[in-house]
Amino acid sequence: MADTRPTASIEAVESGLAAQGYIASRQIATAVYLSQQIEKPILVEGPAGVGKTELAKAIAAWRGMKMIRLQCYEGLDEAKALYEWKYAKQLLYTQILKDKLGEVLGGAQTLAAALDQLHTFGDVFFSKEFVEPRPLLQALEQPAGCVLLIDEIDKSDAEFESLLLEILSDFQVTIPELGTVSAVAPPTVILTSNSERDLGDALKRRCLHLHIGFPEQKLEERIVESRVPGISQTLRKQMVGFIHEIRTLDLKKLPSVSEAIDWAKVLVLLQASELDHEIVKDTLNVLLKYEADIEAAMPQVSTFIAKASRQGVFS
Amino acid sequence: MRENLHRFFRAARGAGVRVSPAESIDAMRAVSAVGFADRAILRDTFLLTLAKTQDEKRALGDCFDLFFSQPEPEQDKPDLDKSDDQDKQGSNPSADAHGDSAGGAPNDNIGPLAQMLLSQDRSAISTAIANASNAAALPDIRYFTQRGIFQNRILDAMGLQRLRDDIDNATASNPSLAERLQDALNGLRGTVRDAVSQALLLYGREEAENLRNEILRNAPLARIEPRQVEQMRNLIRQIARRLRERYSKPRKRQRRGHLDVRRTLRRNAAWGGVPFLTAWKRKHRDRPKIVALCDVSGSVARVSDFFLLLIHSLHEVVDDVRSFAFSGHLIEVSDILEKKSPEEAMKEIMAKVGFGSSDYGNSFADFEDDYMSAITPQTTVIVLGDARSNNLDPRADILKRIGERSKRLVWLNPEGRMVWGFGDSEMPRYATFCSVVRQCATAKQLERAVSDIVATYQ
Repeated sequence: MADTRPTASIEAVESGLAAQGYIASRQIATAVYLSQQIEKPILVEGPAGVGKTELAKAIAAWRGMKMIRLQCYEGLDEAKALYEWKYAKQLLYTQILKDKLGEVLGGAQTLAAALDQLHTFGDVFFSKEFVEPRPLLQALEQPAGCVLLIDEIDKSDAEFESLLLEILSDFQVTIPELGTVSAVAPPTVILTSNSERDLGDALKRRCLHLHIGFPEQKLEERIVESRVPGISQTLRKQMVGFIHEIRTLDLKKLPSVSEAIDWAKVLVLLQASELDHEIVKDTLNVLLKYEADIEAAMPQVSTFIAKASRQGVFS
Repeated sequence: MRENLHRFFRAARGAGVRVSPAESIDAMRAVSAVGFADRAILRDTFLLTLAKTQDEKRALGDCFDLFFSQPEPEQDKPDLDKSDDQDKQGSNPSADAHGDSAGGAPNDNIGPLAQMLLSQDRSAISTAIANASNAAALPDIRYFTQRGIFQNRILDAMGLQRLRDDIDNATASNPSLAERLQDALNGLRGTVRDAVSQALLLYGREEAENLRNEILRNAPLARIEPRQVEQMRNLIRQIARRLRERYSKPRKRQRRGHLDVRRTLRRNAAWGGVPFLTAWKRKHRDRPKIVALCDVSGSVARVSDFFLLLIHSLHEVVDDVRSFAFSGHLIEVSDILEKKSPEEAMKEIMAKVGFGSSDYGNSFADFEDDYMSAITPQTTVIVLGDARSNNLDPRADILKRIGERSKRLVWLNPEGRMVWGFGDSEMPRYATFCSVVRQCATAKQLERAVSDIVATYQ
């Protein structure tokens, strides 16, 4: 039940995403709402694991659209992102049709006449039949619209960015042999980036720029609640408070929302009722992914737990 | 409201957010979709459509708060020009009545501005100021030196001349009225001055910063004042960012003309080795490897400080930097610079090797004994110093060997060319063994020197 009509209000976006288990901040909801209103792609930046990719999935699920994902990496090019000719099929068809060639050229006496005959058949080998659509072209061809996720655009080369420009601004691509393919229904485009390198101004200009940072405590509690329903309220408050304390440290990689959710799952599995020194020490490796970070956080664990549980009492 | 949006875009540009016409159109469309009702949503909308980096978002957020904290110009009659506006207010009977009741003086013969001031109608006054600001093109203000001009223009546009005449007339006939008008005028001047200052803050920030940076770029590094050091560090970071953007582009470049037979065959295996897709040989370029020897004695220390900061901010561009500091003897300082903040690192370096009289010969000997292996044929060696060796043995022979081992040997000297070779300067003797010798006294020269060094690897 694809719904291509723009949504009525920002609140509707918020509740729609919430129904899919994605708790969006006001800013995210505004971005999604605007992207539908003015038909612009959203460029999402932020640290790893704050739900950039999840956002695209949630939109697709909410609006009942297909999600097409293009994972970017160094060396990604036109042939893998846009379209490719089915060379093998073309080759095979030429082999099969070799015998037919005589019939086609049957009456031709001279070379020039034969060529003329051939021209009347047109470019059969460079028609839609032989195009292998890759994610970008697929997204344009979806009759009911779709969510196109271009993931980690910062990992691709600068040339690939330029390739995207036509799609992003006009929702069309140009294939030299076939002409311009326009979108049947404009897709909702989400680009994500970890800011590994600065993206070009031309690309940024065509997008709404959304930065998702670490969520506020209240919001993060709601996110954990929606993702890990089995967790008790006190434990949730404590663990989110604890994670917020951890984020004040100077670490190599700060724990993000996805780590918070994983940790909540682990705590539920271990049937912890509240945070204590022992259990945090045993499960800290879920939150922190570097040995050095764990070492840096370890001495602070007790103070953080104390702080987090005190917060739980008052709020 | 359109007018207001345009003024906001201008303010945003003043705050250093690059707003292109296309982006302003997007913002307009977005605003028409969300409406003006909720200020928080409006703010988010601008942040989404106009700002494209986190720094810009922060700047734009501040700008938004500042912009919408000032009174908005009259909304309901945007098509009327200013003089009409004032006439209208002048003939406004309620204002007259107010004036009467407040002053009780005959004011048939005083101008509209005087009436407005006497009536003490704050909203009318601020509206008049806002309208006059528009007439005086206040959003064009760029430098703090323009404050006086704009202040006068706004006051003129509000009818200062007429007010002065009124005061002159009243001095004879009605001294108390004249006094009250004079007081009100002084108050008005204050209000206008505040409005202009705020506009300068809003629209002129970037320009002022550019001007300051331009002056700073050309100031001799060795002689900048302590209060400017922090600004200079920021400038150096900006330079580093610029160099990173310019040189961190992918370094592989296709070299058309040489077919890579092996890769072509592999790639086309699927269709029986018929070469549909060709692969061409590529040439990989090395990232720069840099060995920096910095004199940290006396006046050169500060230049070294900034130079080291710049070199060590170029992670994405430069593969490998090893830095050494010396005055009397030489130590490696790469680790200190990597681990500590620039201020602390410099302090530690100075404590270890600073404050001696420089001895280039001895320092070079230290380098040759311990670190000569750091130099490979891909390395650029940069020596930063004034080459004043206090008449000690310069050991130019070591420098010669360093030059022979390395790709390039660059000497950066903070002193002007005029004084090279005078006094105890050994510059001419060292210069014979260097690939490049250049003066490096200002941030601009520093940027160009480092840029050239990195460019040789591209």
